[in-house]
Amino acid sequence: MRQMDPDFLELPLRQLADAALQRARDLGAEHADFRLERVRAEMLSLYDTRLEGAMDADDLGYAVRVVKGGTWGFASGILLTPEAAAAVAEQAVRVAEVSAPINREPIELAPEPAHRDVTWVSSYEIDPFTVPSADKVALLAEWSAGLLKGADHVSARLYQVKEQKFYADTAGTVTTQQRVRIHPNLNAMKASDGGFDDMSTIAPPAGRGYEYMTGTGWDWAAELARIPELLAEKLAAPSVEPGEYDLVIDPSNLWLTIHESIGHATELDRALGYEAAYAGTSFATFDKLGELTYGSPIMNVTGDRTVEHGLATIGYDDEGVEGQSFDIVRDGVLVGYQLDRRMALMKGFGRSNGCAFADSPGHMPIQRMANVSLAPAPGGPSTEELISGVRRGLYIVGDKSWSIDMQRYNFQFTGQRAYLISDGRLAGQVRDFAYQATTTDFWRSMEAVGGPQTYVLGGAFNCGKGQPGQVAPVSHGCPSALFRGVRILNTVQEGGKK
Amino acid sequence: MSEHITGGSPQEMVERALELSRGDGCVVLADEGSTANLRFAGNTLTTNGVARSSRLTVISVVGEGVGVVSRAAVRPDQLADVVEAADRAAREAQPAEDARPLVEGVPASPSWGDPVTPTDIGVFEDFAPALGEAFAAAESGGRKLYGFAEHTRTTTFLGTSAGLRLRHDQPSGRLELNAKSADLKRSAWTGVATRDFSDVDVTGLDSSLARRLEWAKNRIDLPAGRYETILPPSAVSDLMIYLYWSAGVRDALDGRSVFSKPGGGTRVGERLAELPITLAGDPSAPGLECAPFVVAHSSSRDSSVFDNGLPLEPTAWVKDGRLEALQQTRYSSELSGMPVTPPVDNLLMTCREGGASLDEMIASTERGLLLTCLWYIREVDPQTLLVTGLTRDGVYLVENGEVVGEVNNFRFNESPVDLLGRLSEVGASVPTLPREWNDYWTRAVMPAVRVPDFNMSTVSQAS
Repeated sequence: MRQMDPDFLELPLRQLADAALQRARDLGAEHADFRLERVRAEMLSLYDTRLEGAMDADDLGYAVRVVKGGTWGFASGILLTPEAAAAVAEQAVRVAEVSAPINREPIELAPEPAHRDVTWVSSYEIDPFTVPSADKVALLAEWSAGLLKGADHVSARLYQVKEQKFYADTAGTVTTQQRVRIHPNLNAMKASDGGFDDMSTIAPPAGRGYEYMTGTGWDWAAELARIPELLAEKLAAPSVEPGEYDLVIDPSNLWLTIHESIGHATELDRALGYEAAYAGTSFATFDKLGELTYGSPIMNVTGDRTVEHGLATIGYDDEGVEGQSFDIVRDGVLVGYQLDRRMALMKGFGRSNGCAFADSPGHMPIQRMANVSLAPAPGGPSTEELISGVRRGLYIVGDKSWSIDMQRYNFQFTGQRAYLISDGRLAGQVRDFAYQATTTDFWRSMEAVGGPQTYVLGGAFNCGKGQPGQVAPVSHGCPSALFRGVRILNTVQEGGKK
Repeated sequence: MSEHITGGSPQEMVERALELSRGDGCVVLADEGSTANLRFAGNTLTTNGVARSSRLTVISVVGEGVGVVSRAAVRPDQLADVVEAADRAAREAQPAEDARPLVEGVPASPSWGDPVTPTDIGVFEDFAPALGEAFAAAESGGRKLYGFAEHTRTTTFLGTSAGLRLRHDQPSGRLELNAKSADLKRSAWTGVATRDFSDVDVTGLDSSLARRLEWAKNRIDLPAGRYETILPPSAVSDLMIYLYWSAGVRDALDGRSVFSKPGGGTRVGERLAELPITLAGDPSAPGLECAPFVVAHSSSRDSSVFDNGLPLEPTAWVKDGRLEALQQTRYSSELSGMPVTPPVDNLLMTCREGGASLDEMIASTERGLLLTCLWYIREVDPQTLLVTGLTRDGVYLVENGEVVGEVNNFRFNESPVDLLGRLSEVGASVPTLPREWNDYWTRAVMPAVRVPDFNMSTVSQAS
């Protein structure tokens, strides 16, 4: 296993935590936790092989969260002295006191075994921040130049993050953690007589290091070589005829549908209404636990914070809860939610399943998404075999546009490309497509899932939730899957153009 | 000079960083932030917090190469390392295509040396008890209140080796208030932008929501289709902000935006609306004041670090219905041959003087829908700027000038550019809070508008 970076361990982590937690105890807090974070991010963007923008930024600070008199109080600071940390703890207590008049639900937390001085580092080979930016730019420029042979314009982006966290609480848990993630993306655009269109890489972001750019975990050469041809075919493709189709959805597209229609819908804070004014609630309300037929009987979905290279994978969450794997949908029925410690106790789960996360030292942890994944069928079919079972349908690859309502009923997605399926065979691309459905109708229409050979871990860096807004990285694994009778729109016609 | 939370004042850090730089040119940005927030749901607090932040961004220029390094909580003894990292990145960088001489000749801000005044939880000292009273009133009235109150202050110091010493203080605040019936089946929303919360009337806002929940007691189911629809200012702001974000000249020149002219060039000068609509930004607009100079922490398609400090003027993006300008850097201005029009951090949409109020527009409606706000707006087709999204927290049926009940929610598919050309009425412009984009954008003045045929693509079961 990789080790923590020494320069992070040289920060006065324990002294600050001790000072803050002691001051919180002295001021009467029932609970206090201290979290120090350093988040380093580098973004490189190229346009037509030339560097267009570069940003190398970090965020360093710490937070103190208390429960005082049954009310939350949260404050954060940046000055790394014990005196300042104690002052931030005082601020957190003050925030709890000012907020007390509007708190009507006393805060209590589900118990968690104390994890005393544990360290966790994610699985990666090359720390991306040890690779010179010039080398990264050169590689992206080389890839862009290849794509430009078949495109009018090419944009390339590389986003890399290293996240380091130290956590301590008044129950005795002390965790020190480090993880990296990387997201390369290239987009080729070309104009034709009928307008313009583009094609992006479908390589997912990954909880890996720079080795992801050089052949580990993705075959970049193979994907990049196909894009000009795919784009040319898309530009010449006919506009889709709207109507009802069977869909074979590739994992590169289906991960996002899982994210929006299962991942967010099974966050217990949403189901209980805590996000009602912003991200929204969920049709999967708590009274439906164990009762709701979410999808067809072949639908099995887990929440997970342990899978290797997962973007939401972590040893311990931001409340000191150990990462776990748990069922959300089993045999098509809703059986679980994503939890934090407060909700776990409130709704009788006993223990949190470890889904608390804050994206920066300046933000309070909230329940955020685990890696929510759809299980493949052991010995199940290949994507080609799924396609062979469709008389008239579409095979949809790559994510693009997405939108879903505030209770996670009604969604609309597009993709990078869609192929018409005619009598079990692919019959060329079509353009201007979007699929639109109601969540439970859609998942109940899932007739088959592919085997493990079709399984891919997709995901995103930028899942948004909460106020103040926070972003979280999350992965979703899934196989290819077959859905019957889904509504397809023609987006040009939707825009009022014929 | 102000005392700084990391040990040196931001002004001193800027000066020292400029001295340390060994590049041909240097731009230093020091951002001092503070925030306080309260979040609530079901008539009780859910989360809260106060936070301070301090960020130093050093932009070094060597020849035509540029290096940008941005670090949080930099102490004086770490400054040399940050500057050296930026200098090294600039030396190793390819020539930047947007490289231009640094901006010169802008007079120093008179407040340059003043201390930074952070916000803190005390900004809610009067508001929090008022909110508590609103919770009690809602509870007794069978309503549940949800929402978020946030106040932030960001002070930006900009110093350059070309002599600029500019400062901007930006207070921003927002309150979102969402009322639901006890069974959560009826929902209404309102929101306000504020600079200091002294002008926020929670009781009045709660009363307006109670009125809408009453409207919603009569439920009417309507199918998908095209409807005459009144979009209130918040909904208009979300659509116009998306249009504005899509109005970069470089994508237009490259033939990849709704503002690209078929065959090449841009659509600047083309009529987008028959009505004399103006969409503009103005750094000194009363109540919507924002940075009067360019602040660019990194270069991108529509911003250039070399433009830092460039004065911003009132800019019309659409004027009297015609596309007047697209977002420009000095570099893109040379490419396009059009004036330099960098983005401004507020947006004002106006039409004729004396436009109708929202209530007057309702009163003059024979049959149509009245929306509250839009949600989950995402681009579907960049060629037309077709976007999809949802109606939220109240769609009402208006008949013979009166609201007669609440209608189900819809998913819509519409282009804000296309909509401009189809508006049949534009009301009076008023300050508003965007619902979808208020994490990023709180400064807007917008009218209600009437669309004769808004495309409700499908019904959403969400309530």
